[in-house]
Amino acid sequence: MDSYDNISASEKAEAADLQRLIATEQQKAQFQAQVHSFTDICWDKCVDSPGSKLDYRTETCLVNCVERFIDTTLTITNRFTQMVQKSGH
Amino acid sequence: MDGFGSDFSAGGSGGKMDTGTIMEQVKVQIAVANAQELLQRMTDKCFRKCISKPGSSLDNSEQKCIAMCMDRYMDSWNIVSRTYNSRLQRERARM
Repeated sequence: MDSYDNISASEKAEAADLQRLIATEQQKAQFQAQVHSFTDICWDKCVDSPGSKLDYRTETCLVNCVERFIDTTLTITNRFTQMVQKSGH
Repeated sequence: MDGFGSDFSAGGSGGKMDTGTIMEQVKVQIAVANAQELLQRMTDKCFRKCISKPGSSLDNSEQKCIAMCMDRYMDSWNIVSRTYNSRLQRERARM
């Protein structure tokens, strides 16, 4: 077996390539996980009884729900950061 | 990163796997995990919506409700996905 320090340049390039590809897939998986979580929350807020089609009102509610949830996350993160910074000094 | 590499080499015949084979496996595993997550959450939501009083079997109206609920849940998932994706793009453009 090769020892770790005489890996060829092409093997190093291949490893770097693989790492980059996996990071991309990881990002996609993270996106999907976030979508599952949003759908879970916004389904409860927006869908009463599932009909034969999502009506316009429900669609708008879902869109607003996602946008406002993200706004809430940002607002809380900012405010919390400020609180921590203030108490730190 | 240690266990990660050894996991993959243990699966092969002692030889090295090429990047394409590894990525194929990674993609399949992520897709399976995603489908399981969807299935689990959808079952949870549609059971709550459609089966208020569990009887001795799923009756016709409950089965219809489940089918409809599944379709609407997947519609919702897609709307949420589109919305989140465009928000991410907007946030990136702002930076």
